[in-house]
Amino acid sequence: MKVDLRILRFDPERDGTPHWESYELEAGPMDRVLDLLHAVKNGPDGTLTFRRSCGHGICGSDAMMINGRNRLACKARVDQIGRRISVAPLPGLPVVKDLVVDMDGFFAKYRGVRPFLINEAEEPERERRQSPEQRARYDDTTKCILCGACTSSCPSFWANPGYVGPAAIVNAHRFIFDSRDEAGDERLEILSDKDGVWRCRTIFNCVDACPRGINITRAILEVSSAIVERVS
Amino acid sequence: MLLRYRGSEGMLAWAFHRISGVAIWLFVVVHVVDIYLVGGDPKAYDTILKVYASLPGRIGETLLGAALLYHALNGLRIITMDFWPALTVYHRQLWYASWIVFLAVGLPGAFLILKPAFGL
Repeated sequence: MKVDLRILRFDPERDGTPHWESYELEAGPMDRVLDLLHAVKNGPDGTLTFRRSCGHGICGSDAMMINGRNRLACKARVDQIGRRISVAPLPGLPVVKDLVVDMDGFFAKYRGVRPFLINEAEEPERERRQSPEQRARYDDTTKCILCGACTSSCPSFWANPGYVGPAAIVNAHRFIFDSRDEAGDERLEILSDKDGVWRCRTIFNCVDACPRGINITRAILEVSSAIVERVS
Repeated sequence: MLLRYRGSEGMLAWAFHRISGVAIWLFVVVHVVDIYLVGGDPKAYDTILKVYASLPGRIGETLLGAALLYHALNGLRIITMDFWPALTVYHRQLWYASWIVFLAVGLPGAFLILKPAFGL
């Protein structure tokens, strides 16, 4: 079938502002947007720039705005999104070139919540054991692949780029509720900042955008509740 | 970006919440002015009351009532999820439920506000 693909292009060395370019391509229903982007890059325009790595929804490299919604290009199939497809870079992040955005700020916020196990106790001889219930407490937030689809879909983030964003909160949640971790209070302190969890307006764009199906708003509200309980 | 991004029910609920909030705030400003006129300029106050009682004024009051009702119901929806985060799974259903209450309360309310303008 014929597919009408529009891509928001931007070359900082040539363009003042981003502009749309259209391509008519032959595609099958099971083709993914990533396949279409490759078809453009390997065909009519080799200068098209985008990130990709695994191509199977694991690495999170190819998050972009497809038909007005953030998704992974490697998971968005033609039969799901239709023959008229528009592709733009993730909103709210500085564009480097074409579909590549600057994620430095995103990862700085991620690092800011100390997303790793902190336990100063003497190292045990065997693993730190955990019951199935304790593991289930944070199971949902272990799935994050740091694609940035959630944070860049959030109107609170668009309005205030200082907002730590859903992805960083999800990754803080993963350790705050881990029974083996000892730095939960420290993370809750970081997230109780004015640019922390309180900027969430329960809009749910993050939940819709997450390619791993994480209930991000629930995680944010659980962290908010933990902050309130800690203070009271 | 707000118009370019295709959010679903959650984004619509938030957008309506903001729009209704701004509308309510604008009315509060107008209301402060008209209450001030009771003492400052009683004749102007009577004129404003006539405007409120006219058909356009009553349509405005109906829209104000709609904004208040939506803002209150969606606010309760948000508070519910704040207290019970597990209910976020049902945020769409909660929004639709708030619309059902909105119509159940809003339609009779609109009728009561508008009927004097039609001599009923």
